[in-house]
Amino acid sequence: MATIRCDIVSAESEIFRGTAQMVIATGEMGELGIAPRHAPLITRLKPGQVRVLLEGGEEQFFYVSGGMLEVQPNLVTVLADTAIRARDLDEAAARNAKAEAERALADRSDALSVAQAQAQLAQAMAQLQALEKLRRTLKR
Amino acid sequence: MAGAREIRTKIKSVHNTRKVTGALEMVSASKIRKAQDLMRASRPYARAMRQVIGHIARANTEVKHPFLVAREEVKRVGYVIISTDRGLCGGLNSNLFRKMLREIRSWHEKGVAVDVVCIGQKATQFFRRLDVNMVGSVTHLGERPQIAQLIGVIKVMLDEYTAGNVDRLSLVYNDFINTMTQKATIDALLPLPPSDDIASVHGWDYIYEPDAESVLEHVLTRYIESLVYQAVLENLASEHAARMVAMKSASDNATKAIESLTLVYNKARQAAITQEISEIVGGAAAV
Repeated sequence: MATIRCDIVSAESEIFRGTAQMVIATGEMGELGIAPRHAPLITRLKPGQVRVLLEGGEEQFFYVSGGMLEVQPNLVTVLADTAIRARDLDEAAARNAKAEAERALADRSDALSVAQAQAQLAQAMAQLQALEKLRRTLKR
Repeated sequence: MAGAREIRTKIKSVHNTRKVTGALEMVSASKIRKAQDLMRASRPYARAMRQVIGHIARANTEVKHPFLVAREEVKRVGYVIISTDRGLCGGLNSNLFRKMLREIRSWHEKGVAVDVVCIGQKATQFFRRLDVNMVGSVTHLGERPQIAQLIGVIKVMLDEYTAGNVDRLSLVYNDFINTMTQKATIDALLPLPPSDDIASVHGWDYIYEPDAESVLEHVLTRYIESLVYQAVLENLASEHAARMVAMKSASDNATKAIESLTLVYNKARQAAITQEISEIVGGAAAV
């Protein structure tokens, strides 16, 4: 019986590797069943199940939170996302990164004011010490 | 015996320092292994990704994505700089920053502005003081960095690139070669270097769902993300390795310091005893 090689990987780990009779996944345009010698295809995946029909008729299920599916005549590659991705979520993440940078840049003024405060403190201390000395000499 | 007492306190404090550096060394040694495991686990994805990119490069893609097209005029360049969050790791960060500073200077001489995004506390603290435009930053990734933490900074840069603000994008990190060696590395990210394969020998193309442009965009973005993620892991392993080596030499130095201090202490003690005896003998003779 014809089989197809199937790799399911995410950026953080390898999820599945083996041969299958058929791979069923939820593409952006609908359910996809990939049998051996399928035409080359590349599509985005929606969050959902990837079902792998193994040679013995056994089935394995994997949940992916989105990703890509690439089909070559004898190979199916699922590049699963590890995080839930959506345009607005990504944008929120980008905004956070920008805000973080701005915060770090704003910190510079804080660091500066700390240094200024320290300088002023040192000055005040020196003045106090001078006063103390003066007082002692006056007492004598 | 006032001197001897001071020396004894000093010896005790060096002892304590050595305890701390010894502990840090052992912690780092165990963390290197974990970081290397993470690196290994992320490799299959990168391999599969490269395969897909290779297939795309060979196929007759009907659209040319901006990530694949080199721009002739370079007015502004972008860098993704990866550093550690914590110090005590020898010259790891400073070597990287020095290399980066040279790069920035050479761009400035050509009249090209530099944008950076920083990953890690040390880079954020360092580059905010420089004459570069910091557009994004993320810190405290922890021992198990996840792609989700990096999406934001990467998107900031990719958006800049797509919008045409940045004409070139590079990745700056410490490459983990082995425990003793880490190499400060600057890799080109965008535009993607052209593949060596002669394009479209087969003359086939994918079926794209929903359409070539958005699929390509998706693949290339994920590819860049996986490259940055890998670099973060390399840098993490480098951090632990560098810290282990730094702490080992600190422990060795502490041992040496203790030895020489002990010698000085014994001499001081001996001198005090000798002096005491000679005083007693002198006193007895006087009587």
